[in-house]
Amino acid sequence: MSAMLEVKDLVVSYGKIKAVKGISFSVDEGEVVSLIGTNGAGKTTTLRTISGLLRPVSGSIVFKGADLTTVPAHDIVQLGLAHSPEGRRIFPKLTVEENLLLGAFSRKDKGIRGDLEAAYDLFPILQERRTQPAGTFSGGEQQMLAMGRAMMSRPKMLMLDEPSMGLSPLMMKRIMTTVSTLQAQGTTILLVEQNAQAALKRATKGYVLEVGRIVLSGTGRELLESDDVRKAYLGED
Amino acid sequence: MEFAQQLVNGLTLGSLYALIAVGYTVVYGIIQLINFAHGEIFMIGAFGALSTWLVFFNGNTSVWVLPIMIIGAIASSVIVAVLMERVAYRPLRSAPRLAPLITAIGISVFLQELVRLGYNNPLLFLSTWNPFDFPSAKQKVPFPQIDVVTGAAFNVGGVVIQRSTIFTIGALIICAAGLFYFVSRTRTGRAMQAVSQDPDTARLMGINVDRIIIVAFVIGATLAAVAGVAQGLQITNINFKMGFLAGLKAFTAAVLGGIGNVWGAVLGGLTLGLVESMAVQFIPGTFGGSPWKDVWAFAILILVLVFRPQGLLGAKVVDRA
Repeated sequence: MSAMLEVKDLVVSYGKIKAVKGISFSVDEGEVVSLIGTNGAGKTTTLRTISGLLRPVSGSIVFKGADLTTVPAHDIVQLGLAHSPEGRRIFPKLTVEENLLLGAFSRKDKGIRGDLEAAYDLFPILQERRTQPAGTFSGGEQQMLAMGRAMMSRPKMLMLDEPSMGLSPLMMKRIMTTVSTLQAQGTTILLVEQNAQAALKRATKGYVLEVGRIVLSGTGRELLESDDVRKAYLGED
Repeated sequence: MEFAQQLVNGLTLGSLYALIAVGYTVVYGIIQLINFAHGEIFMIGAFGALSTWLVFFNGNTSVWVLPIMIIGAIASSVIVAVLMERVAYRPLRSAPRLAPLITAIGISVFLQELVRLGYNNPLLFLSTWNPFDFPSAKQKVPFPQIDVVTGAAFNVGGVVIQRSTIFTIGALIICAAGLFYFVSRTRTGRAMQAVSQDPDTARLMGINVDRIIIVAFVIGATLAAVAGVAQGLQITNINFKMGFLAGLKAFTAAVLGGIGNVWGAVLGGLTLGLVESMAVQFIPGTFGGSPWKDVWAFAILILVLVFRPQGLLGAKVVDRA
C-alpha cells in the first residue's frame, strides 16, 4: 500500500536562504508521525509548503495520489488535508462558532451542524464560550479552537504545528490526549513539535530535523531511546 | 433653526461621503491598499446612470426609470472596478506597497481623461462615432432630474429638506443594512472577515483570497455608484473630475472612522459631513463661510493622523503574538 502522504527530496527557500534542504518522509494511513527539531530546523516551513502557502524549489509532495505542489492553497483542504498552523492563528475578532464554521468553509454537505456538536463534545469549553470573540481566549483555549476548527473540514489527515507551544503542562497533556483521541477516531496525524518527549511518546514514526535536513528517523520508541535524541532534545546527559 | 438646517445638510453630505468611504475601507481591510482611483469609480457610476438614461429613456423623468438608472450605474462602476483590480492591482499583489499606490493615482488620472475625451467619442481618435449622441463631458453635463426624488423641497418647521436629501440618506440606510447583513450573516461575508484578519490562515480554510478581493471591490463600487446617482440628483449636473474631491473627502472619512472598519467609514462620513456644514455656518469672521469648508475637512484629516491615527472606531494596531 502506498503512503497517504509522500514527501520526496523537498527543497524550500526564502529568497537565497534554503530553509529545507532536500527532505523525504512519508505518513501512512492511521499513523501519528512526529517531526521534531529545534527552532529554525524547517518544520513549519515543511508544513506550510505541504499546505501550498509556500512553493518548493524542487521535490514532490503527493497526498492520496495527487501532487500538491501545483494545487492552490485554498483547494488543498478539500482534498482531505487540514492544517492547524503554528501560533494557532484563530480569527481573533470572530466568535468561537464563526471560527469553527470557517473550518468547514470548503464543505457544502448537511453534516456541518453535526460536526459542530462533535467539536463541542471534544472541547466542552468551546460550547460554553461559543458566542465570544476568540481573541479573548487563553493559549490553551485557542489551541483547542484551532484543532476543532481544523477538524471541521472532516480531514483524512491533520497537520498540527506546535500545538503545545506556550501551554501549561496540564493543558499540554489535554491537547496531547486529544491527539490520541483523534487518531483513535481514524484521523491520520502529522505532528510538528519542539517538545520531543510528548510528540514521540504518541508517534508511530518520528523524524528529527536539523537545519533543513532529516538527521534521524525511526519509530517513536526508537527515537525516544536514542542517545542522540536524549542528549539534544530531552536535556539528558 | 440654523442648527437643525445644518444638521440636515451635514447628514446629506455625510451620507454621500459614507457611501464612498466604505469602498476605501473594505479594500484596505482586505489588501491594505488605498485605492486612490475609488473616487473615479463614483464618477463612473454617475456617468453610467446618465448613459443608461440617455440610451433607454431620454426625456423621460418618471420615477420608475430611477431603479434602472441605478442598476446601470452599479453595472458601470462594478465592471470598471473589477477590470482595474484584475489589470492594475493583481499583478502588483506582491510588489512593495508604494507600487500599487502610485498605480492607483495613475488609474485615477486615466479614468478621468478617458471620460473627458471619450464620453461622446468612445473610439477616440479612430472615429467620431457616437451612436447615442452622448454630450461632450469636457464641461459639466446636466443630470436628469427624476420625478419624486427631485423637485419642490419640503419645509418642516422652517427647515428645508430637499427630496434628494431623503434619497441620499435613505440610500445610505439601505446600503448599510445590506452590508451589515452580508458581512455578518453570509458565508462569503464571514470569509471576507477571515481574510482581513489573517489571509494565510483563511487560505488554509479553503477560502479563495483572490475571489474575496474581487468581492471587496464589487461592494465598494456598488455603494460608490449609488453615491454617484445621489450626487447627480443633488447638484443637477456631473463632470469628469467630480470623483477627485469627493474621493479625497471620503478617504478622509474612512481614516477618521478607522480605516479597515466598515462602520467606522459610515460614522466617519457622517461626522465629516456634519463638521463641514457646521463649520461653514458657525465659524465667524475670515475663516467662516463656504470658501473654507474644504480646509476644515482636511484639517480634521491631519488632526486624526497626528492624535488618533487608528481613527474613531479603529483598534490600536498591535503586533500579532
